[in-house]
Amino acid sequence: MSKHQFAAPQAGGLTAQYFDLDEHDHPEGGSTLLGFWIYLMSDCLIFAMLFAAYGVLGGNYAAGPGPKDLFELPLVAINTAMLLFSSITYGFAMIAMQRGRVAGVQGWLLVTALFGAAFLSIELYEFSHLIADGATPQRSAFLSAFFTLVGTHGLHVTFGLIWLGTLLVQLGQSGLTEANKRRLLCLSMFWHFLDVVWVGVFTFVYLMGTLR
Amino acid sequence: MPNHDQTWSPLLGRLSLDALPLHEPILVATFAAVALGGIALLAALTYFRLWGYLWKEWFTSVDHKKIGIMYMVLGLVMFLRGFADALMMRVQQAVAFNGNEGFFPAHHYDQVFTAHGVIMIFFVAMPFVTGLMNFVVPLQIGARDVSFPFLNNFSFWMTASGAALVMASLFVGEFAQTGWLSYPPLSGLAYSPGVGVDYYIWALQIAGVGTTLSGINLIATIVKMRAPGMTMMRMPVFTWTALCTNVLIVASFPVLTAVLALLSLDRYVGTNFFTNDFGGSPMMYVNLIWIWGHPEVYILILPIFGVFSEVTSTFCSKRLFGYTSMVYASVVITVLSYIVWLHHFFTMGSGASVNSFFGITTMVISIPTGAKMFNWLFTMYRGRIRFELPMMWTVAFMLTFVIGGMTGVMLAVPPADFVLHNSLFLIAHFHNVIIGGVVFGTFAAINYWWPKAFGFKLDPFWGKVSFWCWVPGFWLAFTPLYIMGLMGVTRRMRVFDDASLQPYFIVAALGAGLIACGIGAMLVQYGVSIMRREQLRDETGDPWGGRTLEWSTSSPPPAYNFAFTPVIHDIDAWEDMKRNGVTRPLEGFRPIHMPRNTGAGIILAGISTVFGFAMIWHIWWMAIAGFATLLLTAIAHTFNTNRSYHISADMVAKTEAERTRQLATVEGA
Repeated sequence: MSKHQFAAPQAGGLTAQYFDLDEHDHPEGGSTLLGFWIYLMSDCLIFAMLFAAYGVLGGNYAAGPGPKDLFELPLVAINTAMLLFSSITYGFAMIAMQRGRVAGVQGWLLVTALFGAAFLSIELYEFSHLIADGATPQRSAFLSAFFTLVGTHGLHVTFGLIWLGTLLVQLGQSGLTEANKRRLLCLSMFWHFLDVVWVGVFTFVYLMGTLR
Repeated sequence: MPNHDQTWSPLLGRLSLDALPLHEPILVATFAAVALGGIALLAALTYFRLWGYLWKEWFTSVDHKKIGIMYMVLGLVMFLRGFADALMMRVQQAVAFNGNEGFFPAHHYDQVFTAHGVIMIFFVAMPFVTGLMNFVVPLQIGARDVSFPFLNNFSFWMTASGAALVMASLFVGEFAQTGWLSYPPLSGLAYSPGVGVDYYIWALQIAGVGTTLSGINLIATIVKMRAPGMTMMRMPVFTWTALCTNVLIVASFPVLTAVLALLSLDRYVGTNFFTNDFGGSPMMYVNLIWIWGHPEVYILILPIFGVFSEVTSTFCSKRLFGYTSMVYASVVITVLSYIVWLHHFFTMGSGASVNSFFGITTMVISIPTGAKMFNWLFTMYRGRIRFELPMMWTVAFMLTFVIGGMTGVMLAVPPADFVLHNSLFLIAHFHNVIIGGVVFGTFAAINYWWPKAFGFKLDPFWGKVSFWCWVPGFWLAFTPLYIMGLMGVTRRMRVFDDASLQPYFIVAALGAGLIACGIGAMLVQYGVSIMRREQLRDETGDPWGGRTLEWSTSSPPPAYNFAFTPVIHDIDAWEDMKRNGVTRPLEGFRPIHMPRNTGAGIILAGISTVFGFAMIWHIWWMAIAGFATLLLTAIAHTFNTNRSYHISADMVAKTEAERTRQLATVEGA
């Protein structure tokens, strides 16, 4: 190996071309949104698997009840509306964030949380009814896949609510700092993502189920 | 929740003294050895007051280099365990003839081959590959760390947590007796009521969290943190393969997570996804798990292809032949790896058309792989080849892997697969590509980057001893399996009726013994090198005449990697700098913003281990408490705003001055 590479420092006239001599701190969290996007896509794959499982097993009633016997579309429509509204109100929270109004953000987040909680309550009500009627997750592969797909979505909403509550505390503590704004953006993506997944659930499971 | 076990108690779940395998002499002896060794280790750590050092400098470190090294250590430790399993299986099969039952009862033997597969893939190959990527990628792209340094630490500890659960299953309870992919209905509650499959599920789920997060982390790092001037087509090939691998990780591990979650629902809640009745479909499990499983093998081999590319061009002192085709080949493999999964079960009744499709896609994937092989050969052609250890492993890989690839193409022909399915031919094939590829590649990489990590080279003599035990040992161990596979001998057998097979198994066992010598020599190599580190020291930071940026730093690199971010003008950035006589800037240092160490990762992973253990043993109160603690600790961590600090300009100047002195001594010498 030649030694010229370690030549005396003053000899190098190319240093400025090969090194960033005027470097400043990179702002923290520059990759967070990209990273969170990638995470969402990986989560999306989990849902894809659950949809696939439902697609494969959705007709296997094992002489038990099928979608037509079980699903009440009006209830599910209300539920869907709750989640869609919550997405709109989250959007309002983001607008308030852009205008720098902490109180506005907190207010709209609270409204979002209420819609989210309403969605979960209706879902739990629906589940309890199904189970009371004997349509349990153990009854057939169709019901296993149904409860798992819808329940996983509900579990995500639950975590979204916990996260939202945490963010409310953090907003109260430190206001609209860069870190909190980043978190708001991430939760925003998460929340809208759950909305999109739910549109899939509503169409694929409930609407097409009652048509089957 | 249902408790199918009679002996469930609210306090300890299914756990009782019966769970300790006191009636199994092999396990008791192993446990005694492990316990003694463990106590000795702990005592030594305490005696030499190393706990604080380990905690501060390693366990809580967010430095990608240290995390990379910890992954390698984890991989190495688990490799010894996995290999011990392999050796025992070889001995069992070599003696279990003519009415001799060998030394393993059936239920124990089944656990051993399951644990061997699970450990070697998830806790050896994966940590090795992830460790290499962690250590090398930020250095190669001119970055100071990964995008999410805390997540990186957390990912490592989650992987370690999974490994700890697998190890615990050896002494508390049992491991799965299902084979490494735990097909239902065998892995369902009806046929595996014990804790074995639950150990399997929770170890993989917890480690899987780490793997997925680490994949996300490295993608973000490669996409966002490359030094200025490093366009995608100027990235080092290893970084390219790392990018492809991490895309595969993020796009396939969630599938594993989902399918294992469904299996756990079947086992814990009594759903009917994979049961034989109530409309369940065991075949869906087989499809889903291989949709993860096939990309997984490319997750393992792609970065290793990257290693061989770096090693070949370095030790031939030439630019890699066909950089662009190498990149495209990696990307094509990445895409194709998703449309071949069905070749793992041609025999399971998908019909001729489906089998033909997957047979053809499988054969097509050998084209980009072949292109890579030719690129390496053309790089060597008229190069000044230096046969140092990394290059020796590379040549051994090329010879071995090509044969493994060709037997793979044989298996890709569906009619041939009907004969060879689940035979020892298959076993020989995938060991041929995994050992010949991933393991040889890891050894090439360890020999290649060790001086970068520790500042001294590995001892070549013991390295060569290891090499010459390993390579013939591999062929001795697996050629008989190829032959027996063609004769129709199936895998996972504990005893044999046909005495004419025994010579083959004895040869295979001798091969395994030779490999054991190779592993021993490798450990000796590490020990000898550490003791002789002053003689083996490399002051230049560039002992091999490297071509990529990691060789431009000192060995080991400073915490901040680069005092000034390099600007890239060429694929072989460091070679370009050397050619043009570029010198490091020696003044004008600025404070460097770095992430701060945190114990949150190891604490969260520790709680996950407790949670997983509680779920395995149905200790519901502990599971609930564990999960709640996990959630609260994670939330509490988000309130920690003290996450970074500055290395002062003076400190940087001091470190860099030391480096200048170091280089001056090399030049003066």
